[in-house]
Amino acid sequence: MPASVDREQLRELASAGAQLVEVLPRDEYDDMHLPGALNIPLKELNRQSAMQLDRSRPVVVYCWDYQ
Amino acid sequence: MSPRAAWRLEALGFTEVYDYVAGKADWAASGLPLEGRTGQQPTAGRAADPAVPTCTLDEDLREVRARVRASDWRQCIVINKQRIVLGRLGRAAIESEEKTSVEGAMSEGPSTVRPDTPLAQLFERLERQQLETALVTTSEGVLVGVVRRPVD
Repeated sequence: MPASVDREQLRELASAGAQLVEVLPRDEYDDMHLPGALNIPLKELNRQSAMQLDRSRPVVVYCWDYQ
Repeated sequence: MSPRAAWRLEALGFTEVYDYVAGKADWAASGLPLEGRTGQQPTAGRAADPAVPTCTLDEDLREVRARVRASDWRQCIVINKQRIVLGRLGRAAIESEEKTSVEGAMSEGPSTVRPDTPLAQLFERLERQQLETALVTTSEGVLVGVVRRPVD
């Protein structure tokens, strides 16, 4: 079950090598995104697009907010 | 949206997946750096001066006034140990000689803006309201600093 993390936990995970993935559409990602984040829009998240992620490292996903 | 993405990744075999549920809005509102087209635009958080004088509720008001008067500021932000903004001593409170406490002299619940507020928008608002400064805090109320409106 995916665990929820807050901002500080996210920063700790990121500094420990976690991969950040923004799942919003490309234009929203281009507008602004967290440093170092990749963009895999939810509608495009599948086995093939997930291949760009390293399975041996933690992955943190985010969108705009709670919605 | 991100919870579904997190579950989808688990279904794809990823074993360590986390969801930053507060998302980009929370990150931006805390004043942390962003990348992208508008991620580099001037914001209240980047323009905020963190050197604004601060004090706590239990400090001697006379000493606080003396400290602020010796600086080029005419206000002091009242914070707690976690740097949460509790109040503000404005110009009148700083220049007054009234014998009272920090708590008795401060304005409660001062208006604040988030660090991701675009600076141009903030300056327009300050000018419209004839205000000189804006208090910038994170979404949790932690003091970031004070933005001063440029004077012509």
